[in-house]
Amino acid sequence: MNTIPLPNYKEQSPAVADRFRRLKERRVILEAERVGKIFPVENGDIQALADVSFKAYRREFLSVIGPSGCGKSTLIRILAGLESATAGKVLLDGQMVEKPGPERGMVFQGYTLFPWLTVKKNVMFGLEVAGKGQAEPEALQWIEMVGLGEFVNHYPDQLSGGMKQRVAIARALANRPRVLLMDEPFGALDAQTRARMQSYLMQIWRNVDITIIFITHDLDEAVYLSDRILVLDANPGTVREMIEVPVPQPRSPEQHLSPEFLATKAHIESLIHSQHENEDDLPIIRLTQVNDDVF
Amino acid sequence: MAWLSIQKKLSGRKRALLILISFLLPLILWSTISYVPFLWHPMMEITSEGDSLYLEKGQRVKRKVFDRENKRLAAGGENQMAGVRANPVYLPAPHQVFVAAYTSFKSKPRRPGDPWLHQSLAHSVRVVFYGFLLSSLFGVPLGIFCGVFDFFSKLFEPFFEFFRYMPAPVFGALAVAVLGINDSPKIAIIFIGTFFQQVLVIANTTRQLPPSLVEAAQTLGARGWTLLKKVVLPAIAPSVFLDMRILLGWAWTYLIVAEVIGTSTGITWFINQQAKYRIYENVYAAILMIGIIGLGTDMILAWIGRNLFVWNGGKRNGLFQFLVELFYGSRHETFSFTRTKYFNHEYDTATEL
Ligand SMILES: Nc1ncnc2c1ncn2[C@@H]1O[C@H](COP(=O)(O)OP(=O)(O)OP(=O)(O)O)[C@@H](O)[C@H]1O
Ligand SMILES: [Mg+2]
Repeated sequence: MNTIPLPNYKEQSPAVADRFRRLKERRVILEAERVGKIFPVENGDIQALADVSFKAYRREFLSVIGPSGCGKSTLIRILAGLESATAGKVLLDGQMVEKPGPERGMVFQGYTLFPWLTVKKNVMFGLEVAGKGQAEPEALQWIEMVGLGEFVNHYPDQLSGGMKQRVAIARALANRPRVLLMDEPFGALDAQTRARMQSYLMQIWRNVDITIIFITHDLDEAVYLSDRILVLDANPGTVREMIEVPVPQPRSPEQHLSPEFLATKAHIESLIHSQHENEDDLPIIRLTQVNDDVF
Repeated sequence: MAWLSIQKKLSGRKRALLILISFLLPLILWSTISYVPFLWHPMMEITSEGDSLYLEKGQRVKRKVFDRENKRLAAGGENQMAGVRANPVYLPAPHQVFVAAYTSFKSKPRRPGDPWLHQSLAHSVRVVFYGFLLSSLFGVPLGIFCGVFDFFSKLFEPFFEFFRYMPAPVFGALAVAVLGINDSPKIAIIFIGTFFQQVLVIANTTRQLPPSLVEAAQTLGARGWTLLKKVVLPAIAPSVFLDMRILLGWAWTYLIVAEVIGTSTGITWFINQQAKYRIYENVYAAILMIGIIGLGTDMILAWIGRNLFVWNGGKRNGLFQFLVELFYGSRHETFSFTRTKYFNHEYDTATEL
């Protein structure tokens, strides 16, 4: 299958071209330099990532998308410092990233709130660890920001999935990280909750000085939220393309049907699909009797 | 709602009923055997000895023996014996045991200087308490360290794994030789019986800690000791607490061994003594005491657990709150939060954007 090209909006629209020119004039916050990762396993090694390089600029929203198992989680864990790269390096503000730290907040796909702490105490966690005074009023402001002011004294088990993820976001943001790393944070949510969470995230991102790296396998979500999208290939995970999303900022739900939006989506879809080129060669298995006449 | 549904909790009333039944069933079984004469009652209790020369009033003999003797007496034209069917002396009826449970506290020891029942019980409780305390003092921290750090796990666990297969009682003679004949060797036996299991069980519990919680804490800036104190400990606390309740039960089982080494003491001594006097009601009463103390302790611990780990499905009880505030003073949670719309960083990005 051939890839569907993305129309060159930069040439067509000076506004789009200008937006990305200015984006790249900003300071580089996070930089991956030829990052590679090999997992040693019993029957040989697994090359999860090879030669992944990219830069994330200040206050950029950068999504990472790719087929399942292409190493997205591995990449974000390396960025967080939870896993070490076997090749290349990661720089945050020009400093080597070696271990996890509060300047890189993370929101995981699963729920990782501390079940023994109330919502408020969860959000206060990082502030208390850092020994900051005023942890409580600050935490409460963040909880308000994710719209959970009424739930400050609830325990995580008493919250819905979407609420838990909002608390997780508040907890990460309360630390005032430079970068917010999100590994499919809304993956487990239903469509409506997901849409609401997306607008929450957009609002937060607009109001806070933060660079977001966002993993998803939902194309709509990626195009809707991102400035740029990093598309990965699988086996091993490599950079397929860095897409500059031509949809104007700030985003609103109506844009889901704009030509730029649809073109970008179609383009990414074709990129990801072209990775399984032999789909047509798949053996056909018939599990039931079917009548071919209908075709 | 149905009584049997997979992984569903029954309603409060049904549960209470079942808990009641679980105690009533054995009691009913025991009562039936004791009070319904034809179910078992293999003996005859002699109410009048007639002209028998070797059987006396009050004795319990097998029915066969009773019949043979009566036949012999009848053949000789002598007065026959009279008797009622009875259970063996080692199976007293419930009411006898319950009465004994009360009177055995009241009755003076047969030999002056011997401990009363309550003194024997207190002695046992003391031995278990110190043995378990000593074991936990070392076992819990070591177990947690083994669960968290592979270093400690590999350094200690293989040997403990080997050692725990040696039954604690085999160290009895050794413990007496080293520690004398007082309570020390008994406490040592309980320690040996509990400690090694404790380390292994708690290490395993600690290993169940989801790594994602630790990772989340790390990305929030927690490291080293803080990570251990603020994440690992609270995360495993409810399971460790549960482990401790189970381990305390094991400590009690080692008590019976511990109490017969050196000089026999405590509840075991009492039981053996009463068995020697053939006062089996008292034996049962003492056994019942152990059960009640064990179950009571466990229920109190469970209650504390529910109150302590509110987030784990428990709930805080007014009495508990009262006790806490009695000891620690009031720590009322007051929070006044200012409603601020959105929290803005002081941007210096305006120039950059
Ligand atoms: N700890 C590990 N040990 C060995 N192999 C691993 C480990 N973690 C990941 N891998 C391998 O690395 C590859 C990438 O995994 P990763 O979890 O990063 O994929 P992903 O892109 O996040 O997938 P998904 O979209 O399904 O979440 C997979 O082939 C996986 O088997
Ligand atoms: Mg993943």
